[in-house]
Amino acid sequence: MRISFFALVLCALVTPALSLTPDELLTDPALEARARAISAELRCLVCQNQTIDDSDAPLARDLRAMVRENILAGQSDEHIIAAVTARYGDFVLFRPRFAPQNYFLWLSPFLLLAIGLFTLWRILRKTRS
Amino acid sequence: MSAELGHFALILTLLAATVQAWAGFAGARGGREAWMLVAPRAAIMQLGLLFVAGAALIRGFVTSDFSLDVVVANSHIDKPLLYKIAGSWGNHEGSMLMWAFILALYGALFAVFSKRLPIVFRTRVLATQALTSIAFLSFILFTSNPFARSFPAPFEGLGLNPILQDPALAAHPPLLYAGYVGYSLCFSFAIAAMLDRQLSADWSVWVRRWALLAWMFLTAGIALGSFWAYYELGWGGFWFWDPVENASLMPWLAGTAFLHSIKVTARQGHFMRWTVLLAILTFALSLIGTFLVRSGVLTSVHAFANDPARGVYILAIIAVTVGGALALYSRAHFANEAQKSFQLLSRESALLLNNIFLATATATVFIGTLYPLAIDALGLGKISVGPPYYSAVFLPLSAPFFMILPFGPILSWGRGSWDQIRRALAAPLVAAVLAVIVFLSLRAEISLSVLAALFGAMWLILSSVATLLAALDLRRPGLSGRIGLLSPSVWAGNIAHAGIGLMLLGIIGATAWRAEIVVAVAPGDRIELGAYQFVFDAVTQVRGPNYIAERGQITMRDLDGRTKILTPEKRIYNAERSQTTEAAIDVKLSRHIYAVLGEEIDDGRRVIRIWEYPLVAFIWLGALVMVLAGGIGLAGRRR
Repeated sequence: MRISFFALVLCALVTPALSLTPDELLTDPALEARARAISAELRCLVCQNQTIDDSDAPLARDLRAMVRENILAGQSDEHIIAAVTARYGDFVLFRPRFAPQNYFLWLSPFLLLAIGLFTLWRILRKTRS
Repeated sequence: MSAELGHFALILTLLAATVQAWAGFAGARGGREAWMLVAPRAAIMQLGLLFVAGAALIRGFVTSDFSLDVVVANSHIDKPLLYKIAGSWGNHEGSMLMWAFILALYGALFAVFSKRLPIVFRTRVLATQALTSIAFLSFILFTSNPFARSFPAPFEGLGLNPILQDPALAAHPPLLYAGYVGYSLCFSFAIAAMLDRQLSADWSVWVRRWALLAWMFLTAGIALGSFWAYYELGWGGFWFWDPVENASLMPWLAGTAFLHSIKVTARQGHFMRWTVLLAILTFALSLIGTFLVRSGVLTSVHAFANDPARGVYILAIIAVTVGGALALYSRAHFANEAQKSFQLLSRESALLLNNIFLATATATVFIGTLYPLAIDALGLGKISVGPPYYSAVFLPLSAPFFMILPFGPILSWGRGSWDQIRRALAAPLVAAVLAVIVFLSLRAEISLSVLAALFGAMWLILSSVATLLAALDLRRPGLSGRIGLLSPSVWAGNIAHAGIGLMLLGIIGATAWRAEIVVAVAPGDRIELGAYQFVFDAVTQVRGPNYIAERGQITMRDLDGRTKILTPEKRIYNAERSQTTEAAIDVKLSRHIYAVLGEEIDDGRRVIRIWEYPLVAFIWLGALVMVLAGGIGLAGRRR
């Protein structure tokens, strides 16, 4: 934890803390909830392993504003995330896209589970005979 | 002068470890008892010498000896004594020294408590421990010497990162390392077992208590780290799937699998290959965990290259340890594996399923943590793997696992039956469903996944309690006698499983049911959150030992009119020129109220942020229950 939180403190040092202030919030609670859900998917690019909601960095504040503006403009969650990704690249996504270079990441857990269960089935068959 | 003494003690320890390895392996091979008896003595000597080295370093920190590089970089005269002491392991060099010290502690403890084991086996365990010792001591001496002098010595140090100046984080590294390093002993057991021509399952009986001890420390260390993150970082998160956290979770998952697979190996002789492999992998993951955090490779691949000597050394240690062990593994003679048959409905199958799940979970965390590095290294761009990924993968993986977990402790070895399941689990099943209905009536909206998780938590807790009660057989007289007669592993297993349920309950409360408010307030303003009313009173300036703080005062009033004063702080540490937030937390078992003081905004009002985290305490309570369960298993184990 040490290293990442050190980086986190560095983030805090750059500017006075700005993490999600009341003036940013949307007045409609349903829309604000959507903004939070989107923010949880987006990484603060200059911090380490923080969502844009939890970050004090100015860039995170900009992203929060961008998310909320787009929500007010009536865009869908997918569209907003796609727009942010188009501008900042895949690194901003905490949930990697299901794209060819990430197939291994997404599928290996389930593949491993299947291999494990198959092994169990084979052991059971072997010990029975 | 004492630093030179410490340095000298380190060099002597390396020599003692070399003698221990040499005399141990050669003595065990030639059957020379006099040589073999050198090993336990050298192990105890290592501990004594590293005690001197550790004491010398701590003395350097306590007396603020700025002629030492590490003290300059990590301490300050104004720092409170506790953090001067803890600062000695709050840095790379010092933490490596502590790793070596704990390694020596395990080695010496094993030397003292292993007199009844066959001498050849015992000696080989000690000799393998000595090899690990050599790897670490030479790493410290050649690349990370904590006793390096700075010249000319400055008058003042740079201080310790303020968020690390905290009692929980002073204790976190020693606990975590006591877990990691404990698995070195399990590893040494596996190596010694493989070196034996007649590889028998005996080693799995002997290793159990050490595996349990390591697991307890690792559980406690991770839980403490999570608790610290929760209250110190200022927004109440308790697990971030941060690579550094994952680094400690991997050996925990593998170690938990090991704990379960040695049960089968010790009892039935099954799965010997797998158990040996798990011992190797768990220690390998402990090494990787230590080095992932310490090398800085996680921050960026480039940080690793900044200090190539350390990086290469680290990779070499991991490669030699794992490679050597696996080479031995591939040649070991596992032929006499007993193959008693077992059915799908049996304790063996349940424990095997446990291992399949935990191994998959370990691999998932491993891949998720290292995938971004691999993608980056291959030039395929930069990606992030964060909490949404882990939730998406772990939910479908763990749900079925938690559902079948209660079957394990109640099924017989070899051949279980549906009748057993019905008798033991029908009542807790009904009770769990009822409990979920009660929750449903208390909470207006519950999503389906939360409902499933809630059922899982109740199912784990209630089935464990029911299994214990059934084992105690409350209706028969003479209960007090049976409490002592019940096998400690039955106690430990069921209590630990209930602990997982409690933890799950806490996670549900803290994530699905939390409520939050962010407002800008002037003195006298009222805020409402759930059933609570808050009045913002004032902000005052206070002075701590090495910081200045703004302290907010918020009066909290509940429905019954009881009041409580919350005092969240923002601290500025003078020496380090950085600030921390100190949340004010009102603690109840049913919920935490978590208040944070924010910035002053333009019109002079204050931003404050308040959360209600229902049931969040159960996360760490569950962990505590698991550690206690381990303690019961350890204390009650029959010799």
